[in-house]
Amino acid sequence: MRGNLRALLYLSPWLAGFAIFFAYPLVSTVYFSFQRYDLFTLEPVGLLNWEYFFKDQAAWTAIRNTLWLVVVMVPLRVLFGLGVAQLVTRIKAGAGIYRTIFYLPALVPVVAGTLGFVFLLNPGTGPVQAILSAVGLPAPDWFGDPAWSKWGLTLLGLWSVGDLMVIFMAALLDVPKQLYEAAAIDGANGWRQFVSITLPVIRPVLMFALVTGVIQTLQYFTQAEVAARVASGATDSAGSSFTPGYPDQSTLTFPQWLFQQGFRDYAMGYACVLALVLFAVAMVFTLILLRQFRGLGEEEA
Amino acid sequence: MTRRSTLLWVARHALAIALALMFLGPLVFIALTAVMSDRQALTSDLWPHTWNWGNFAEIFEKAPLLLWIRNTLLYSVLATAFTLVSSIPVAYALARFRFRGRRLAFLLVITMMMLPPQVVAVPIYLIWARFHLTGTLWPLILPMLLGDAFSIFLLRQFLVTIPRDYSDAAKVDGCGEFRTLVRVILPMARPAIAAVALFQFFYCWNDYYGPLLYAGTDLDNWTLSLGLAAFRSVHRVQWNLTMAATLLAMAPVIIVFFFAQKVFIEGVKLTGVK
Repeated sequence: MRGNLRALLYLSPWLAGFAIFFAYPLVSTVYFSFQRYDLFTLEPVGLLNWEYFFKDQAAWTAIRNTLWLVVVMVPLRVLFGLGVAQLVTRIKAGAGIYRTIFYLPALVPVVAGTLGFVFLLNPGTGPVQAILSAVGLPAPDWFGDPAWSKWGLTLLGLWSVGDLMVIFMAALLDVPKQLYEAAAIDGANGWRQFVSITLPVIRPVLMFALVTGVIQTLQYFTQAEVAARVASGATDSAGSSFTPGYPDQSTLTFPQWLFQQGFRDYAMGYACVLALVLFAVAMVFTLILLRQFRGLGEEEA
Repeated sequence: MTRRSTLLWVARHALAIALALMFLGPLVFIALTAVMSDRQALTSDLWPHTWNWGNFAEIFEKAPLLLWIRNTLLYSVLATAFTLVSSIPVAYALARFRFRGRRLAFLLVITMMMLPPQVVAVPIYLIWARFHLTGTLWPLILPMLLGDAFSIFLLRQFLVTIPRDYSDAAKVDGCGEFRTLVRVILPMARPAIAAVALFQFFYCWNDYYGPLLYAGTDLDNWTLSLGLAAFRSVHRVQWNLTMAATLLAMAPVIIVFFFAQKVFIEGVKLTGVK
């Protein structure tokens, strides 16, 4: 009993934080989803906000865009991160320098990195266009063409793959050397070794990277917002008429639409409907993640 | 070395060097554009014709950069300090104490860490509006007094790896629980604490969503990220100056990284499961 009280004391900051910034707002979000609220008047509207959600074209566009990023960008980042990690763990001389260079972009402030990328990929100002044309590849107007803008964001995501690389490098170095030696004696090498030894051992880490990648992408906001702002040349100050998604709503993500509805158009009741949809989807992936951690909480103590 | 392994060696390094050029390319490009003339920045010429070091002085005249840097520092330093003070005891309790609901508490920390911040944004915004704190950065700083889920998680992952014998020995010597934490555990956890502090500091330094939500319309309350995103359009300034400001925002992160690389790498490893 004394133990429980002591734990309560140490946990108290977080318990208060949990109540004020998690439990209460979550319940409150459900309440507001049945109201019309614009910071001044509060009016119960029943299921109106929910009905509107199914007719809201922009919300569904945002859902499609976010799904695109989840399906294309997340796996590509994991594959690329794993490839880079494989390469660096195989190199002996100079591995430290390569690791530093590959990790560096992951630390660059997101706004700064996005600005640089838009400028770099801009046909008029950056060298990427010229390089692609020189080798005979199509040279799109990345952030100005709805068909290519999400690919531009994907390139930005691949550039900052460093955190995944570090996690994968740690996992790869943990694979017992004897397994490879035994496999080599059996005549398995290269790809066979990778499939039958490396993959099974690092599978939990890969799963973790995929699931956390999905959850992070469900929150994807800053890169899309900044890229659209800069590429469209919109003047920006809070309360201005900038609508995210340039060009042609192709980079509009779900959190951006929620932000726009709640804090620019002050349709706060409707924003809460969008928030609950996001909560439901994020919770599914969080539960998958929690299953991985279930064993972990138990193993010691 | 056999011929085959020599070939492999060459192929790996060729690939690694090509990748290194791709990773560094954008950074070099930003740096070169930052010192170009505004005319040249609009061409696809890569090498500056003239080196306009004055660009770095000019950006301070075009925008309240010093104020933005001050605000960003205030946000980052206070939020990091508050996070450490509030999160360390929580992580310690989760890692060491036996109590009812311990596993549930840990799972809830992970849930909070994973939940998109937009989910609970509306009611939390209304709380701060009631205290007339919207239009300031305090709604981003004050909650850190009540713990940060990611920091708690990271610290807990490290603290469970410290053998119990150390704290048991301290208790035999008559140390209470709190003194054991401060005298024995904290010094051993220094690498993890450093990683959490750096992560939190740079999370705040780079944060865009939070300030966009709370800092309001007054330019004087903005952070560097917020100002940078609007730099080109609000001030109608040229790309070369925008890139100079971009470089300025990146510089502290890159400098700290070169001095504390190991802390970062070890910290990132802690975020993965084993």
